[in-house]
Amino acid sequence: MTDHTLRVLLGVAALLLAGLPFMPQWLAFLITLALARGLVVLGLALLMRTGLVSFGQGLYYCLGAYAAALLDHAAGIHDAALMLLAALLIPVVVALVLGLLLASYRGIFFAMLSLAFSMIVFGLLIKTSSLGSSDGFNVATRSIFGITIADGYNGRVFMAATAILSVIAAGALHRYLNSHLGRLSAAIRDNELRVEYLGASVRNVVHLNYVIAAALGGIGGGLTALAVGHIDPDMAYWTTSGEFVFVAVLSGTGSVLAPFFGSVIFEAIRTLANQYAPNIWQMTLGITMLAIIMFLPAGLWALFRRKARAA
Amino acid sequence: MSDLLAVIIDGIIYSSWLFIMATGLTLIYGVMKILNIAHGSLYALGAYLSASLVGWWLAGGHDPYGSYAMLAAAALLVGLVMGPLLERGLLRLMYGRDEVVLLLITYAVFLILEDVIKLVWGVDSLYVSQPYDLLGNFDIGALSYPVYNLVLVGVAVATGSATAWTLNCTRHGKMLLAVIHDREVSGAMGINVDRLYLMTFTVGTTLAAIGGAVTAPTLAVSAGMGVEVIVLSFAVVVIGGLGSLGGAALGALIVGMVRSAAVHYLPAVELFSVYSVMAMVLIARPKGLFSAAEARKI
Repeated sequence: MTDHTLRVLLGVAALLLAGLPFMPQWLAFLITLALARGLVVLGLALLMRTGLVSFGQGLYYCLGAYAAALLDHAAGIHDAALMLLAALLIPVVVALVLGLLLASYRGIFFAMLSLAFSMIVFGLLIKTSSLGSSDGFNVATRSIFGITIADGYNGRVFMAATAILSVIAAGALHRYLNSHLGRLSAAIRDNELRVEYLGASVRNVVHLNYVIAAALGGIGGGLTALAVGHIDPDMAYWTTSGEFVFVAVLSGTGSVLAPFFGSVIFEAIRTLANQYAPNIWQMTLGITMLAIIMFLPAGLWALFRRKARAA
Repeated sequence: MSDLLAVIIDGIIYSSWLFIMATGLTLIYGVMKILNIAHGSLYALGAYLSASLVGWWLAGGHDPYGSYAMLAAAALLVGLVMGPLLERGLLRLMYGRDEVVLLLITYAVFLILEDVIKLVWGVDSLYVSQPYDLLGNFDIGALSYPVYNLVLVGVAVATGSATAWTLNCTRHGKMLLAVIHDREVSGAMGINVDRLYLMTFTVGTTLAAIGGAVTAPTLAVSAGMGVEVIVLSFAVVVIGGLGSLGGAALGALIVGMVRSAAVHYLPAVELFSVYSVMAMVLIARPKGLFSAAEARKI
């Protein structure tokens, strides 16, 4: 079977960018959010391929957002490119350190320790009054790569940036997963002792995947901060992380496209539910999740696979 | 001096409540290997139903002391209905799946129950402070505490001892220990594992509901009250070592004392301190303080 992933990726991105000038503001905003959160989920999916579920990915989402926002808040830098760079670097540094510890944890203990780390950050931020405590603060962006963004074009510029970054991230991850190192991830999930016997370092692969997931989480958080223009500590709360896990389970880990697909569906359902049935929104999520776990253990992506095989 | 005393007393009260929550969680994990996120919702369900029953009881002009019976009735009702419902209707279909998948399933249950609670009771807070005020206060030095807190501590000690006694001194308890040790072999030896699972989950659920019922009079019962409780009780059982009753007690004491000290001396680090302790324990002893060594399976 030939691999269409990269072509589909570029095609969809081109379509989005071409449609950008004709898109209403709200749609551009929704797509930005969905893609940004899709990036976080992409990182989670990578961890899941390795057999690890992080219940604290909100940590990096939040760190990325705060790193970007603090450039504006504390240093007076309003350039989107620099802010995103900070959103990438800070989580990577933190993940390099925490990864030293987490790389030797598995299963429920990995989930719990990553949960503890994210809750520590949440506990810190919510009591830091200089950062707005539980209210957070606003983020302003004026330029990108030094070019001033004209009034009213913020949303479109961010959507373009998000789409381009998503393509780069997904493309790079796709190549990584098909590399020697990337293929070890699934092997670790299946049986890590055998991987060790074959002479590969499980620890290093897990650590590397953890850092990559953090980088994706940070970028996703940074993009969300820019697009929404506001951040608060809830980004690190366990329910945020839970939502990411939810979308990862919903989409499945079969392809790098799946997280974005799942994320778009999730945002669409969320928007519709908020509009028409705000009272049963969580219930809808819960029932969907149960149905997916029972009937589609490999996620929504399995639907495409089945079709492809049948054809 | 009285400051320190206050820290210790508040710590004990808080620990008692945490322990009730953690016992149910750790019991379910120990036997069934399910880390139950829905525990927090069952706690909230217990609190809501207690508030409603107590409110109904008092509105009927009955003896106010009967409200304690209502608290107990609410907890039992939630446990005996929700426990079998969730175990028979849902979890039973999922045994044998990965621990993390089971965690996600209970997360889905949590999401569903959160909305069920909102649909049934609405989004307004409920207040039933009568059982809390009824017993008056007692003094320790210069400090005055509601007697109700003693009830809370008593309930915690009672549930803890009852669970320990059942596990170690009764036939069912010993069968349960055998199941914890090796599920398949116990099944082969003629132990009805299915029924023990049902009983365990029901008892665990009831414990969550008891936690909610005893808390209901002390605060405003409001939507989302289960959300924070979940991670707190996770912290407790993870510190103690998942599946260990003694661990749950120690974990509850540690978290209770740390939080109480933080609230008194340095309120800014309240949440931070609890989760820092959790992270530090996990780093030092990856499987918690009380945990048995496990054979590596190839």
